[in-house]
Amino acid sequence: MSFSLVNILGTMPEIYLTFFGCVILILDTMIPSEKRSWLAYFTIASLLFAMIASYGLNGKGLPLYQGLYIIDPFSNFFKMIIYIAAIITILFSLPYLDREDIHIGEYYAFILFSTVGMMVMVSAGDLITLFLGIELMSLCFYVMVGLKRGSHRSVEASFKYFLLGAFSAAIFLFGISFLYGATGTETISGIAAFVANPGSLKPMILLGIVLTLVGFAFKISAAPFHMWTPDVYEGAPTVVTGFMSTASKIAAFGVFLRVFWVSFSADKIDWNILIVILSILSMLVGNLVALRQTNIKRMLAYSSIGHAGYASMALLQPNRESLFALMFYLFVYMFMTLGAFGIVLMLRKSGEEGEEISDLVGLHKRHPVAAFAMLVFMFSLAGIPPFGGFLAKFYVFFAVIHAGYAWLAVVGIIFAAIGAFYYLRIVMLMYMKDPESAVEFKSSSLGRLGLLLTAGMTVFLGVYPTPFVEYIKSSLAIFIP
Amino acid sequence: MVPLSWYVGLSSALFLVGLVGVLVRRNTLVVLLCIEIMLNAVNVNFVAFSKYQHVIDAQILVFFVITVAAAEVAIGLGIIISLFRLKGSVNIDDFNILKL
Repeated sequence: MSFSLVNILGTMPEIYLTFFGCVILILDTMIPSEKRSWLAYFTIASLLFAMIASYGLNGKGLPLYQGLYIIDPFSNFFKMIIYIAAIITILFSLPYLDREDIHIGEYYAFILFSTVGMMVMVSAGDLITLFLGIELMSLCFYVMVGLKRGSHRSVEASFKYFLLGAFSAAIFLFGISFLYGATGTETISGIAAFVANPGSLKPMILLGIVLTLVGFAFKISAAPFHMWTPDVYEGAPTVVTGFMSTASKIAAFGVFLRVFWVSFSADKIDWNILIVILSILSMLVGNLVALRQTNIKRMLAYSSIGHAGYASMALLQPNRESLFALMFYLFVYMFMTLGAFGIVLMLRKSGEEGEEISDLVGLHKRHPVAAFAMLVFMFSLAGIPPFGGFLAKFYVFFAVIHAGYAWLAVVGIIFAAIGAFYYLRIVMLMYMKDPESAVEFKSSSLGRLGLLLTAGMTVFLGVYPTPFVEYIKSSLAIFIP
Repeated sequence: MVPLSWYVGLSSALFLVGLVGVLVRRNTLVVLLCIEIMLNAVNVNFVAFSKYQHVIDAQILVFFVITVAAAEVAIGLGIIISLFRLKGSVNIDDFNILKL
């Protein structure tokens, strides 16, 4: 056993963010409350700093800490998405937190700590590390969902999320314990060797696969493990909802992919059927139930369940094409979903959040720019060209067809057509009707920057995706120690 | 020596007790306890497998699980306290503003 400095250097981004998170907690007690907004700039600066540090490590396939932790282009790509999502979230949150009267310092520290949790997740080379990453992320989110302490809905959502999160963590751990019992190891690559030749222990391996699948499905909010999603998304402060629906889901997809493709790839026939069921159910629930929602946050929650269904189709066949499709999908999904939540959190109605769909009616007459941005996000979520969402769906469906599941791609396209209806209904209400309620659109310069970034990237990824396609193609390698 | 299957049987039974408890009990504190029982069932499993595989890994993992469980309970109790302040009740049936 040796411990070299490389281990520390390789995990510097995580160490920086943990350190800066602690600094924020200390600064919060020291600086006067009217200067609290400086904490937001400090958080953005520390995220950018860690981003540069991560970029410096790009391209190096390294197993650190005896294979417990892996730095490879794949994990670096996911870390970049997570950094960008966290930065955009903070751009949105500054005026929002003031309006909602949320104690600021803790919030920024929790954003940083949960970011660290997600980074640990996507870099995990071992199921222990993976579990700790998931828990670090989830524990921060339980608190962030309940940050509006005076609001019944927020605290109740936090409680529901906590209960189901802890429940699913226990199920996930039970799965890990059976995998360990069968193989005698917890490293992701060590399990792979055993899954190829299970012998008489096959039932234990299968039990482990099913239970870990349940744990992951909960984290990516795929049906039938989606029950918490609409409630939690509705009750949580909208900035937190945006962060949760993008970053945490993307990190969960990253680790889902690594565990299933590296550890369980030898048993593909058995878990493929489970993923097919998962993805069809998610598309069904996500697209059909969203049709009858009146609250826009609930609608976006069901939309995110549907998108989990599309994205998990790309998990079926472990090859480069599917990997590329999934990474591109998550990249686009981050911008369009975060942007849609950004619009929702800027709508105000008599001192409250305007989160009913009726509040969007006639938005074009009052705030044409906001309505146009929402149109971009809705078209992209529906998968209409020339926006990023179209290309993302296109790549995924092609990967699915090449994986030999042409019928599944057809099912996906049918559900996408059904889903387009409720996205386009929003656009119709915004543009074709006259405004009814007195809804204001309160933006700040930072918030507008965030919207510009998300809407711009959503369009850009659909019109001229080449630079990003090149970048993602250079990050395809999954490192196996 | 006690055979491995007994340990696995014990942990599975404990896990099921916790699982059913989470689903049927209405008091939030009891539900929290049931989640703890589930996590401890996992710990029994880990220690038993570790002993029979002659690898120490999982016994270390048990410490991580215990630590995480403690952190989870701390946060869970905090959330339950703030719910109790708002509603004056710890019964799950009273937490029904968000429709499921």
